Amino acid sequence: MTFRPFAILAFALTGLGLLTNPAVAKKYGPGVSDHEIKIGQTMPYSGPASAYGVIGKAEAAYFKMINDEGGVNGRTINLISLDDGYSPPKTVEQTRKLVEQDRVLFVYGGLGTPTNTAVHRYFNAKHVPQLFVATGASKWGQPKKFPWTMGWQPNYHTEGRIYGEYIRQHIPDAKIGILYQNDDYGKDYVNGLKEGLGDMAKRMIVAEVTYEVTDPTVDSQIISLKGSGANVFFNVTTPKFAAQAIRKAYDIDWHPTQFLNNVSASIGSVLKPAGLDKAKGVITANYLKDPTDKRWKDDKGYQKWEAWREKYMPKSDPSDINIVYGYSSAQTLIHVLKAAGDDLTRANIMKQAAGLHDLHLDMLLPGVTVDTGPDDYYPIEKEQLYQFDGENWVPLGKMETD
Amino acid sequence: MTGNMEVPAGRMRSTVLGLSRKQWRWLGLLGLVTVAVGLPFVMEGYRTFQFTLTLAYAIAVLGLNILTGYNGQISLGHGAFYAVGAYTSAILMNLWGVPYWATVPVAGAISLAAGFLFGMPALRLQGLYLALATFALAVATPQLLKLHALEQWTGGSQGIVIIKPDAPFGLPLTQDQWLYFFTLAITVVMFVVARNLLRGRTGRALLAIRDHELAAQVMGINTALYKSGAFGVSAMFTGVAGALGAIAVQFVAPDSFNFFLSIAFLVAMIVGGLATISGAIFGALFIVFVPNLAGNISQAAPWAIYGVFVILFMYLMPYGLLGLLRRLVTRFRTVASGAD
Repeated sequence: MTFRPFAILAFALTGLGLLTNPAVAKKYGPGVSDHEIKIGQTMPYSGPASAYGVIGKAEAAYFKMINDEGGVNGRTINLISLDDGYSPPKTVEQTRKLVEQDRVLFVYGGLGTPTNTAVHRYFNAKHVPQLFVATGASKWGQPKKFPWTMGWQPNYHTEGRIYGEYIRQHIPDAKIGILYQNDDYGKDYVNGLKEGLGDMAKRMIVAEVTYEVTDPTVDSQIISLKGSGANVFFNVTTPKFAAQAIRKAYDIDWHPTQFLNNVSASIGSVLKPAGLDKAKGVITANYLKDPTDKRWKDDKGYQKWEAWREKYMPKSDPSDINIVYGYSSAQTLIHVLKAAGDDLTRANIMKQAAGLHDLHLDMLLPGVTVDTGPDDYYPIEKEQLYQFDGENWVPLGKMETD
Repeated sequence: MTGNMEVPAGRMRSTVLGLSRKQWRWLGLLGLVTVAVGLPFVMEGYRTFQFTLTLAYAIAVLGLNILTGYNGQISLGHGAFYAVGAYTSAILMNLWGVPYWATVPVAGAISLAAGFLFGMPALRLQGLYLALATFALAVATPQLLKLHALEQWTGGSQGIVIIKPDAPFGLPLTQDQWLYFFTLAITVVMFVVARNLLRGRTGRALLAIRDHELAAQVMGINTALYKSGAFGVSAMFTGVAGALGAIAVQFVAPDSFNFFLSIAFLVAMIVGGLATISGAIFGALFIVFVPNLAGNISQAAPWAIYGVFVILFMYLMPYGLLGLLRRLVTRFRTVASGAD
């Protein structure tokens, strides 16, 4: 109820603006005033995926900085970030609260594949942007079928294909053993890998084993992979399991060439717990700058990030790649809002989000850019292969593109 | 309506504020109906959705109460029967295009069979052992739903997206309002069924088994039949609730039916009041709205706040919300009739 007067006022102002001077007309969607842009978000602050909650905190902290500097075109960003505990029914409930009660302009950066799936149709039926969802599934980039939904990070399928192509070219005698999480995320990677391997896939892949998020360890899976005689290990696991897998493989004296999915490429939260010496030689693909990598010490983008982190998230873990993720995603959104100017309608937000060209962000690797178009709803599509030398990620070959 | 028992003779004719006990009851019922029917017209769509979900949960909690509250068999696994109902409904709609309303009785029937079958071996398990067996069921559910062999029906971890039904016969209702009334109608039916079941011979038999199984047996009650029957009926209620929940949420996925759901039902049953029928509604309101309230108080530790709420409820209202209400009514009545 408290909203109606504002909405009417906004309408009146819009009308007035149109009458007096069409050139500087302000067009506002729900949740927008001359002083504020209200946006929503669902995040797993509790539950099995709560480690990713830090992404939401980093995004809020980035908007805090933007607001301290005067906001976007004089409007502050008001991010309402709600906990969904990674449970799809809860996501539906919270999303509907954001759209129908809080009347946000759009929902940004919602995290998780099952959770976003539950509201995918809702957003597109209601014509509310579901912008930059924090999941790497490949289904978020279908502008024809779902024009109101857009992903952000490189999708898992693309990354899997990059590994597949690399193996095909550089390891002709590969016998690949795969460990993956038994869900969309895991399967996207495996399908991508198979696509990259092409007609070699059948011959090269000798074992595929899965685990569930709720499993305590993946020890038995690693033992069975070793038993399969594989000399290449494709490790599609989330951080906790990735560390377990790397350590277990080393401990049972299995030394294949290891490909580790980007999801778990953090030195601080994966390779260190696994043991830096045990992780030597692991290959991954990345698009973000790893904050623990000393190469970036004098890099301008990194220094900006570190200054922001120290001021706005002083108690955070500096090695947490999720903070880099949140920072970069939030930075992308600010570009979209700046580009939208005074036309802050839902339609224009999608139009601007689909009009990003050659956008450089502080914490994207050199050469990686954000590019979208009316038919391209995959913002980041380039990745660089890296190998771990026991201390740092060292670039391997040239930039791989989709 | 079967007011011929339970009421102590001395209180039968007492009146409060000029109205008899029976008149008060009708007045209360009228008020309840007005609120229930009026809700979706004053609430926003999202609130209506929340209340639809509350009604579905209330049926599930009632189902659990039949088993645990009335019959004394502890179940930590009712989320599994909720999932059976939800998936039955979703699969029927998704694969065979069955209309949503027709899936609800099927979901109930399949859950009834599942509950009865699970209840038979469970006869051998008493108290905590049964709790553990049902616990295993709850923990296994999400993984069973992800099984590769079942994927062509269940959609694996990706789940199934359901299309939301429109109001039929050109009724001027939104989808949310229609679903609310649809769910409300089924809720009323289920509560009347439960009431008739529990207030009669069957209910007394269930209570007798709970209070002293051997004595019940001596009195000629077929305990094995009643116990597995209670399991079946309880699962049926929960399955119907699952189907309604799935239609309201428009999506089923294994992650929606984790162990936590079963615990939420248990919490709702105890908060509402053990062995009460209308307590299920209070319990359902609790599990839908208190977690949000907790989230508003502290984003950092919502479950800790939730825990505090549960402990407070247990401490302040050991007989549940309904128990508290009853005590207040009794006290009010004593005071009022004393003043007469």
